[in-house]
This record gives sequence, structure tokens and C-alpha cells, in this order.
Amino acid sequence: MRIPRREQTTNVLILLTLMMFTLVPLLGVLSTALQPADRVPTGFDAPWPLHWENFSEAWRIANVLPLMWSSTVIVLAVVPTAIVLATLAGFGLAQPRVPGGRFLSMLFIAGLTIPAEALISPLYYQMQSFGLLNNRLAIILPLIGLYMPFGVFWMRTHFAATPVELIEAARLDGASPARIFWSVQLPLARSALSALMILFFLWTWNQFLLALVLVNDPLKRTVAGALGAFQGQYSTNIVLLCAGSLLIIAPSLLIFFVFQRQFIGALLQGSDR
Amino acid sequence: MAITDAVPSRAGQSGPDERSGIRRYPSRRGRANWAALLWVLPALIAYGTFELYPLVQTIRFSFYDWDGVGPATWAGLDNYAGVFTNSEQFASIEHAFILIIFFSVLPVALGLVAASIIREARAGVLGTLGRVVLFIPQVLPLAAAGIIWTWIYAKDGLINGFLTAIGLGKLATDWLANFSTALPAVGLIGCWVSLGFCTVLLLSGISKIDPTLYEAVRLDGAGRYQEFRAVTLPGLRREIVVAASVTVIAALSSFDVIYVATNGGPGYQTIVPGLEIYHLTFTSQQVGAGSALAVLLTLLILVVILPLQRLARES
Repeated sequence: MRIPRREQTTNVLILLTLMMFTLVPLLGVLSTALQPADRVPTGFDAPWPLHWENFSEAWRIANVLPLMWSSTVIVLAVVPTAIVLATLAGFGLAQPRVPGGRFLSMLFIAGLTIPAEALISPLYYQMQSFGLLNNRLAIILPLIGLYMPFGVFWMRTHFAATPVELIEAARLDGASPARIFWSVQLPLARSALSALMILFFLWTWNQFLLALVLVNDPLKRTVAGALGAFQGQYSTNIVLLCAGSLLIIAPSLLIFFVFQRQFIGALLQGSDR
Repeated sequence: MAITDAVPSRAGQSGPDERSGIRRYPSRRGRANWAALLWVLPALIAYGTFELYPLVQTIRFSFYDWDGVGPATWAGLDNYAGVFTNSEQFASIEHAFILIIFFSVLPVALGLVAASIIREARAGVLGTLGRVVLFIPQVLPLAAAGIIWTWIYAKDGLINGFLTAIGLGKLATDWLANFSTALPAVGLIGCWVSLGFCTVLLLSGISKIDPTLYEAVRLDGAGRYQEFRAVTLPGLRREIVVAASVTVIAALSSFDVIYVATNGGPGYQTIVPGLEIYHLTFTSQQVGAGSALAVLLTLLILVVILPLQRLARES
């Protein structure tokens, strides 16, 4: 199809404007991060010469490595557990003639509209009574529970869409439900599982509220939660704040650029169902 | 936060899937499958302990006057009445609705423009690049978006520097501290975050529209506006509803960005329900009042989302 030239030019201009809108704040922060750290920067200065040493300074004071480690520990505890629980329950609810199955499915789905802010104060007292405040488990345990509505719904939808002939054939061969789960359903669920993994990873890595309320020590929080503390501490040193923030978000950006196709796909599937 | 960002959208979408799911398993007569419940049990325990039980607690707290430490006294509906009589609490709800314009309406509108353009340039490098670039903010923590924009909006920040450079220095202001600009300013951060998500989502919908439809309207001599009205918009109904649901929930339950950028200030010019719940519960020790607002916020989200979802199901 031919598109008139004038339209094409407007198209390119509009798209470039939107891209600028996205990129300029990020570039602005980068340019600020490269200015001399010992004076207050002004937004429009060319950062010349480039003060790359700000990044090593920020690396040190932002505790980037311990932070990444803390987030990684939380992700490694939350994501696999949540995926296993959601997968098992999704498979259970996708079977025929489950007593109360419809009710249980609705119960999980109902959880999708509950904002975390509505749960945060009881969670605080709950973690207090477990003696888990300021412990990573205070983030890990609730997150696993909070991911169940989406995870179970996601996996159930996927399992229920498997052609029924496949399941019937396996059943006629005398396969138990566990056998069907392991040998028929799981191998077919690879893309659903990897999408779920990416979503759970992002939600955990970027989790803010639970970390803020339940864990005081920034070094035991998620990266996002630590950002809040970092901002409070260095709000006066804009240059180091910018450099530190960039270091803290760099891994997410890096992972996104490497896996951008999968990321976009996962987030889209996640909302399209 | 992330869960509320992306998750709840699917709530009502379950309709069609639900039905097809059940259709695919013909319900043959037979014994009830009690064993299947064992598979569900671990997830149910996690969900019950860390989501359902706290929710019931929130509802219970909302009927008490409690400082979180001492004894609680029954308060009836006082805390709920408080939401409507306390100007700060009520303002938080008003702001949540204003934020819908920035978190939802604006990004969906701009996303429609961007998606239409990228469709036309599909094979081009610019289209692919545009998609990836616009999507970047979606993978960053919202707290990071808050920090980045705080500096952009600052008195010596990028926007004021630019205004001064082009001779409009008079317009320069401390955007997040100015009573009249603070709320739109934090709103724009939400737009920045959601634009890429809306664009990519709408783009995936556009790619499912039959290309011959576009050819046909063009042959009929339609301009790009008529083409958009007659082909793109009707074809994207479902995607628009999904994008609207996700972003409306993000607007109503916003917390991270505003906590980092303004913490509700100046005054309570940018207070939102999530932040107000946090302040009430953990700063001023009014757990009951915070819980009542939390219950109302949950109901508010339901009331806004359910009609939206029905719209999607009709199409």
C-alpha cells in the first residue's frame, strides 16, 4: 500500500517526538550523572569533561553489589515458588469435576482487583507477629501469596486450552493425573511458563511498597525499595543520586535489551488474556 | 506497585476463557474429583494467608478506632464517614480520578497515534526502534521513574534549563512544589511510564486487523482520519479496554511514583489514596481510618473496572 509522502513525513515527526519524550529524561539523568560531583548541576549544562568517576563513587556509596544480591535472593525465593504453586493449582482447577472448582477459580480471580495498599497494614502486623519484620522473608512470603491470583488464573487458562484429545489419549493409556501433568501438560506449557517467569521477575525486582513498609534495612530490600532510601539519603547530591539511580536500574535495562522480544511478548500476553 | 499495575486487568476478561476452558473438558458424568483439590491446596494456603486473611483484617480494622498498639474501640461507620468529611482523605480520591486522565486517557490516545504510525512503517527500522524505545519505562521500577523526573522537574532541572535557554525563563518554576503544577506534573510521569505499554498492546491489536480493510478505505478515497475512525478504532476495541483497565487501576492505586516525587505535597496537592493509607496507618497511627480508605479504594477499583470489562465482553 502506498502512503502519501506528506503523511510519511508527519508520521516520522510524531514518532520521533514521542521517542524523545521517552528518552530525554533518561539522557538528562545520564548527562547530570557525568557532571562534576562537587557542585550543584544545572539541567542544561553540557557535561564536559565527562566525570565517569561519579559512577565508581556512586557504586561504592549506593552499595550496588549488596543491593543486587539482596534483590536476587528475593527473586530466587519468590519466582520459582510462586510458579510451582500456581502451576499445580492451575492444573488442579483445569481438571473436570472438581468439587467447588468454579468457586475456587472465582475466588482466585477476585484477588486480581485488590490493591496491595489495602493489605499492607494487616501484613505489617502479621509479619510482626511472625517476628519477620526487617527480614527478607517479610517480602518473600506475602509476594508469593499476592502472585497467586494471576499465576493460578494464567496457568489454569493455559492448561484448560490444551486439546482435550491429548488428555483423553493419555488417560486411556492409563496415565495418572500426575503423569499427565508431568508428561503431557508441562512440556506444552513452556511459553506460558516463561511469560509468567518474566512477569514475576519484573514485579518482584520492582516491588516497592512491601519493601518500604516491611523491611527497614535498605540492603535487605528489593532494588526498587532501596532506591527510595537512596533518594532520602542523597537528595542533596544530585549528581551522585543520578549516577546511583542509573547504576541501580542498569541491570533491568540490560536484561530488557537482551530479551526485549520476550519481555514485550510476556507483558502483552499477560494483559491480553 | 507492579502487581496492581498489570494484574487486575484480567479480572473480568476471564469470561470467554472461562467458558472455552470448560467446553474443552466435556463434563462427563463421574465421581467428583476430590483429588484435584490437593493440587490447589498449596496455592490456596499462600493466597489465603497473605491476601484473603489480610483483606478480612483490613475490613475488620476499618470499623475500629485503633492506634496500632493500644486497645481498639468500636467505631462503627465513623472511619468511613471520615473519608468524606476529612478534606485530605477526600482530596486523595479526587486526585485519583484526575490521575486517570494522565495515567490512562493520555497514554491510550497517544498510544493509538503511535501504534497507527508504527503500523504504516511496520517494515521500517523506525517502527521497530520506536516500539522498543517507548517500552523502556515499563521495565524500570516506578520509584526510578519518580527519581528521574524529580530531577527533570527540579528548579535547576532540565525543563527550566530548557525554558531559560529558549528565552522563556519567566515560565520556569519548581514544578513539583508549585501548587497548581504539582498534580499534572506527577500525572505526566504516569503517562511517561504507560505510553509504551499502551502502544505495544494496541500495536498487537492492529496487527490482527485485516490489511485489506485499510486498502479498501484508502481506495474509497478516505483520508487518514476517516481510515482511523472506520477501521483502526473499531478493530481495537478489546485492546483499548485492556489498556484502559490496566492503566486505570495503576492510576487509582498509584503509590511509588508519588511517594518518591512529592510524598503527597505541596500541602496535600498530590495526595492519592495509596499514599494517604500509608500516612494514616504508619505515620499518624490511625489504622482504622487508613483501613476504611483501603476498603473504599478496593470497592472503587471494582466499580470502575467491572463496566469496562463488560464493554470488552460485548465486543
